[in-house]
Amino acid sequence: MDNLQVYLIIAALLFSLGLFAVITRRNAIAVLMGVELILNAANLNLIAFARFGGMNITGHIFALFVIVLAAAEVAVALAIILNIYQNFNSINVDEAQQLKQ
Amino acid sequence: MNIFLQYTLLIYFLPLIAFGIQIFVGKRLPRQGDWVSIGAVLTTLILSLALFAGMLLNYNPHFEQNFSFTWLETANFKITMGFLIDNITIIMLLVVAIVSSASHIFSLKYMAGDPRYSRFYAYLSLFTFSMNGIVLANSLMLLYMSWELVGLSSYLLIGFWFEKDSVANAGKKAFLTNRVGDIGFFIGIMLLFTAIGSFSYSDIFAGVADGRITGTLLTLAGIGLFMGAVGKSAQFPLHIWLPDAMEGPTPVSALIHAATMVAAGVFMMVRVFPILTPDAQILIAYIGGFTALFAATIAITRTDIKQVLAYSTLSQLGYMIMVVGTGAYIAAFFHLVIHAMFKANLFYGAGSVIHGMHHALHDLKDHKTDPQDMRNMGGLKAKMPITFWAMLISSLAISGIPFFSGFLSKDAILAGTLALVERTHSHHLLLIFGFGAALLTAFYMFRMIFITFYNQPSRPQIFARMKESPRAMLIPLIVLSVLSVYIFYTLPNINPLSDKGWFTHLVEAKESLVPGGINPTVHDIEESIHHSHTPAMITSLIVAAMGLLLAWLMYFKKTLSAEVWAKRLKPLYNLSYNKYYIDEIYNKVLYRPFLKLADWVAYLDWNVYDKYFINGFGKVTVWLAKIVGIADYEGLDQGVVDSFGRGTKRLGGSLKKLQTGKIQSYILFAALAVVIILILQVL
Amino acid sequence: MINLVFWFFVILIVLSAFSVVLNKNLIYAAISLLLTFLGIAALYVFLWADFMAGTQVLIYIGGILILLLFGIMLTHKITSVKISHTSVQKGIGGAVVLVLFIGLLWMIKITPWKMESAMEPEQTVNTIGTLLMTDFLLPFEVASVLLLGALIGAAVLARKES
Repeated sequence: MDNLQVYLIIAALLFSLGLFAVITRRNAIAVLMGVELILNAANLNLIAFARFGGMNITGHIFALFVIVLAAAEVAVALAIILNIYQNFNSINVDEAQQLKQ
Repeated sequence: MNIFLQYTLLIYFLPLIAFGIQIFVGKRLPRQGDWVSIGAVLTTLILSLALFAGMLLNYNPHFEQNFSFTWLETANFKITMGFLIDNITIIMLLVVAIVSSASHIFSLKYMAGDPRYSRFYAYLSLFTFSMNGIVLANSLMLLYMSWELVGLSSYLLIGFWFEKDSVANAGKKAFLTNRVGDIGFFIGIMLLFTAIGSFSYSDIFAGVADGRITGTLLTLAGIGLFMGAVGKSAQFPLHIWLPDAMEGPTPVSALIHAATMVAAGVFMMVRVFPILTPDAQILIAYIGGFTALFAATIAITRTDIKQVLAYSTLSQLGYMIMVVGTGAYIAAFFHLVIHAMFKANLFYGAGSVIHGMHHALHDLKDHKTDPQDMRNMGGLKAKMPITFWAMLISSLAISGIPFFSGFLSKDAILAGTLALVERTHSHHLLLIFGFGAALLTAFYMFRMIFITFYNQPSRPQIFARMKESPRAMLIPLIVLSVLSVYIFYTLPNINPLSDKGWFTHLVEAKESLVPGGINPTVHDIEESIHHSHTPAMITSLIVAAMGLLLAWLMYFKKTLSAEVWAKRLKPLYNLSYNKYYIDEIYNKVLYRPFLKLADWVAYLDWNVYDKYFINGFGKVTVWLAKIVGIADYEGLDQGVVDSFGRGTKRLGGSLKKLQTGKIQSYILFAALAVVIILILQVL
Repeated sequence: MINLVFWFFVILIVLSAFSVVLNKNLIYAAISLLLTFLGIAALYVFLWADFMAGTQVLIYIGGILILLLFGIMLTHKITSVKISHTSVQKGIGGAVVLVLFIGLLWMIKITPWKMESAMEPEQTVNTIGTLLMTDFLLPFEVASVLLLGALIGAAVLARKES
């Protein structure tokens, strides 16, 4: 636990799982969860680097801004998802593909 | 903060602020917010005048201020952005500010009542901002960004009345044609960047002087940069967009497609001149010279008043490009400044005439007659005296008549060309280009003047309703006419035959930085120009007088009939009238073959694959029974044809699958690409 | 002892993250996500980031996750018992992600990480607060404007068309 690599590996795992969710899940909300996992992986990295880079608080602030962005992103994304739901009566990402034409 | 930096920051950002205000809240402001843009541009005019006055007081040819900040820094390279302020910048800023202010004021009446009035001013402000970016940039990076921005605002303004199909198409054509040139420009910039590792002029100059990029590569980089100029300054073979761009509102044609944006290419060449190799220079000279003559021969048969001016602009830009190639590149900048004034004036004059025609036709409820066709005009001198005088003065200037500004710069250009021929004892073709274009320029300009303003009115009922334009449109005409007099460019010297003055003192030619001494030095060039000055001046006067006389005989006295001569020179006339079929050629060699290829594939699919494979199954069985002898051929046919069709279809099918419209498969491909890059890194 | 707690949270994170990604029931996936967030908050404590741990619990669990649950509820007919969903392109997606993960592990292994030792601070809130009001004032303000924009934007988007 006093080892940077452990945290990095956990973050890498979270990132990969999040990416997997983004690629494979059909439900838009599940895709959003994947995005949250990815953001958390990034945050974990930032804070781990802050701790092992001489307790540099700038890393924390960066992570704080990431959280802020995540909150904004989720709010807007959910609003869009609700819109999609009203239009298609479904929130499966692969069904909302009218731009294809 | 440094006073120069303060002024230039204001000049740079005020139009951008005006653009932001106009685009978001312009419609709700009183008078649709035109005063926001006009206020901003007039402030930049005052600030530019202040800078200009400072430059004159300083009177130092070596004045230069460089401001830059780091925009992006990585481990391997650093990109800086900033302003370079020297005498060229200050003069060009003033030119842009004057023409832009004139355009803003002219549009007050010209665009009055347009449903997108406030947006028009927003676009004008955006253009002014981007053009100032080109002028102020101290690096190719900022230059390129502003370059694309002026392209965008040009597109928006050409297509301003996009409800009409031809207008929308003209906008697209301009944008796409410029794209072709910009690819070359980008390659040129990147060649320099990879060799030298910086975008800023000073670093690039130092790098070239150090020999970090030499020989063919440097020539290629120079030609790449020149390709950008070919696109933006509408040189042959990418000139096709400029005449079509005349579909835009006339103040836009004056500001963007005559005075400033199309001159950006020339301005850029002036900036980067010290790194051009002799090979690149000769190519530039020939392209420019050819465009000058080529466009002039088209201009003599145009009947649309704006088209005459458009081809005349092409021709004059060709002049500037040509002289950059001959080494006397200061003359190009000189002509750029002077041309901006008189050509903008000509366009405002044409706009004033079109405005009058438009209202007369409107009163007559005539919507069929073309208000821009000179054949519907005639005798307008009596009705629009101020417009007439303004256009006459500018025509005298562009034809190179002494006492007017155009004489000075045209003379400098022709002297520079003659000097090159005398130095190298070759390239005599350039002389034909230069003097031929000078002859034709005088001819077509006075053809326009005589047809439009003299003779009997061709349509009396329109003529009766014509009247002089309102004052807001006349002010720019008067100001720019005054600025077409020679004395503003030669003070303190008042000899009308010599271009020596503040301009030649303050703008000094830079030595070529290409190592090895393969380019002539500034001293050599000046020496040879000194020798060729008088013969060039006399010849240019003679050819201009000839052109003027010819126009007078044909279109005023009518002792030479234009129709008879057109018939006599039928093939030449047709070539000129149809603009040398360039658009048709492009259509044939580029556009059609693509369509044909598509047709061919479709044919294969329908007529060969479907017919023989699907319907032909039954027939083939019969044939096989009947004629076994030629079944071999059929089988062969079918094997080949069939696989062709199927291959095409399969390729199409698998390509179609890539474009699924599913976001997730796009992400998957992105991730896949990362994986591939990762694997390549490991290997 | 403290080691044991650490590894407990690590295993919690790994298991729950897998559950988030693979669970067929969306509600279960959301609950698993809660556990993941909680575990990460615990790791923050181990990284001496007490304030960040609190923020993580407050915003992620208290805000974002609740929002997600609302989203699930609003977009599914609650009467249908099974709130489930399926996955697409699992095979190739899994392969790509696996290769990516191995690549990341390999990169973590070969990189010579530059470590600096430091003392554990009493608490980080003070420093963060000072930094937010001095060095990071502009980003801080921009972030507030962004949040306001997101708030208004979300309200506008989600509003029923009249």
